[in-house]
Amino acid sequence: MSGTNTSHSPTHHTSTIGAIGAPSRRNTELALLVFAVVIPVFAYANVGLALNDSVPPGLLSYGLGLGLLAGVGHLVVRKFAPYADPLMLPLATLLNGLGLVVIWRLDQSKRLSNYAEAAPRQLLYSAMGVALLAVVLIFLKDHRVLQRYTYISMAGALFLLILPLVPGLGANIYGAKIWIKIPGLGTLQPGEFAKIALAVFFAGYLMVKRDALALASRRFMGLYLPRGRDLGPILVVWVISILILVFETDLGTSLLFFGMFVIMLYVATERTSWIVFGLLMSAVGAVGVASFEPHIQTRVQAWLDPMREFDLSRAGVQDGIVHSEQAMQALWAFGSGGTLGTGLGQGNSDLIGFAANSDFILATFGEELGLAGVMAILLLYGLIIERGVRTALAARDPFGKLLAVGLSGAFALQVFVVAGGVMGLIPLTGMTLPFVAYGGSSVIANWALIGILLRISDTARRPAPAPAANPDAEMTQVVRPS
Amino acid sequence: MSELTLTVMRLGFLAVLWLFVIVAVQVIRSDLFGTRVTQRGSRREAGRQQQQAAAARQAPPQQRQQPAGGRRGRNAPTKLVVTEGTLTGTTVALQGQTITLGRAHDSTIVLDDDYASSRHARIYPDRDGQWIVEDLGSTNGTYLDRSRLTTPTPIALGAPIRIGKTVIELRK
Repeated sequence: MSGTNTSHSPTHHTSTIGAIGAPSRRNTELALLVFAVVIPVFAYANVGLALNDSVPPGLLSYGLGLGLLAGVGHLVVRKFAPYADPLMLPLATLLNGLGLVVIWRLDQSKRLSNYAEAAPRQLLYSAMGVALLAVVLIFLKDHRVLQRYTYISMAGALFLLILPLVPGLGANIYGAKIWIKIPGLGTLQPGEFAKIALAVFFAGYLMVKRDALALASRRFMGLYLPRGRDLGPILVVWVISILILVFETDLGTSLLFFGMFVIMLYVATERTSWIVFGLLMSAVGAVGVASFEPHIQTRVQAWLDPMREFDLSRAGVQDGIVHSEQAMQALWAFGSGGTLGTGLGQGNSDLIGFAANSDFILATFGEELGLAGVMAILLLYGLIIERGVRTALAARDPFGKLLAVGLSGAFALQVFVVAGGVMGLIPLTGMTLPFVAYGGSSVIANWALIGILLRISDTARRPAPAPAANPDAEMTQVVRPS
Repeated sequence: MSELTLTVMRLGFLAVLWLFVIVAVQVIRSDLFGTRVTQRGSRREAGRQQQQAAAARQAPPQQRQQPAGGRRGRNAPTKLVVTEGTLTGTTVALQGQTITLGRAHDSTIVLDDDYASSRHARIYPDRDGQWIVEDLGSTNGTYLDRSRLTTPTPIALGAPIRIGKTVIELRK
């Protein structure tokens, strides 16, 4: 009997179709969060056993700390965004936890005495980040409110970007001027927060302008060429990103902002020509600036021939340019990791020296967890980005769609820029791996970013209050006096 | 710490990390298929369909309200059962909500039947909690017992309602 049934499979597909996306998935999130806390605790014990032959004394407090962060995050989401995506919080928690473990592991290194206390501070930053996530979820009831602040966001973002250039406030750390000094508190990277503000601005701006940008164009060689005056916005953003590159000498920030704008422009207009223009313009800009900016030139040199830089650095050549062996050490770290890695706590990635626990932290993963571990880490990032784009698909309002795409695009670009730089795919640039790398601004800003994405996904996945009524039923509905 | 233990921990850690990734992908997978399509005919699935149908009808509040629930008699039906046709065995809990039948995908009970119209009939409670069946202008008609419906008609417990090859009835 069943044979005859399956042969008529086209008639087999209709049956009762249930409610769409009704469950909130909060319990799934809780289970995944428990998993996401257990994995770093395991890693922490593993590092301690490998380094000192004993379970580290801080295991309990560390595990409780991370567990508390996850628990608070979960309760806030359960209360204030019950239909939010169930995966983002566990993924971010796991990455944050793994970052803490590796930062602690590098703290233990004898070679790196300069940041022996980074892990507790990073835990504090993570707590501040989760607190900011809670603030976002509690006070931002509807992401569309942000739309009202389109131009204020732009002003805010530009202000944040200019801050590091203010004399007396900015701090030039190893050639890049992207930090500001706050007396008594340390340094802050305003660019990390500008990222979110710019995403809000681009989303609000493109939502209004996208029809003009998409429709008013001529077709030429299979590409839609925009009108000259419509090129205005992209030119302005391009000039600003070039100015960042010139004055702050930071390729990463510049690439991040311009890339985010091009991604959002493409999503808003569906015109491939914007991507072609964007790639051309960023290539022209980067090559142009690299031709006269020595800091960028060294980065390109170190990318093209890391071994030469390594030799120059070892030989102590003084030619006015900072030669660094980091790029080569990072490549060696990846190489010696092989497929399965040396095991946590058993690598020599601390040879990288400065920034081993921030910009170069992926090299430690590469050495101690191997290709298998790095692939898993990159997949975790990929999943966060996928959830962000999925949120954009599910969002019902164009502003929410664009904002979700912009935020996840910025997140993706940041991962690409830093991972590509450390692995030698593109010239290295000072950027932090979101959630994993040591750095307060980065962790806090990225938790806020996740908060906004959770808010959008909560709005997107919330079941419609009243499903569109069947028109027939509407007509025949019996109206009764109550 | 012995070499063996560390190796086991190293591989174990990688395994756990990947397990997390796989679990996360499983969650995505179940998320993609948020519209759960259940195979008809199987009694095992009937319970799930019932739940879904109940969930599907988080209908406009004015429809959901039990009109004077206390007045529903002792013989009030509690479920609708499909007794013949391809959906045999499907049950839908009656909770004061309107049940639509037809080939349209947003019907409570989606009929896969060449003789059914896309919006064929609906079953709803009137003010007293009496369940009424109404033909929605279908091509081939809705039959209660043997007679073709022309007006909304109260349904007796256990009376067969025939739509094409499908027969449903209300039960306690």
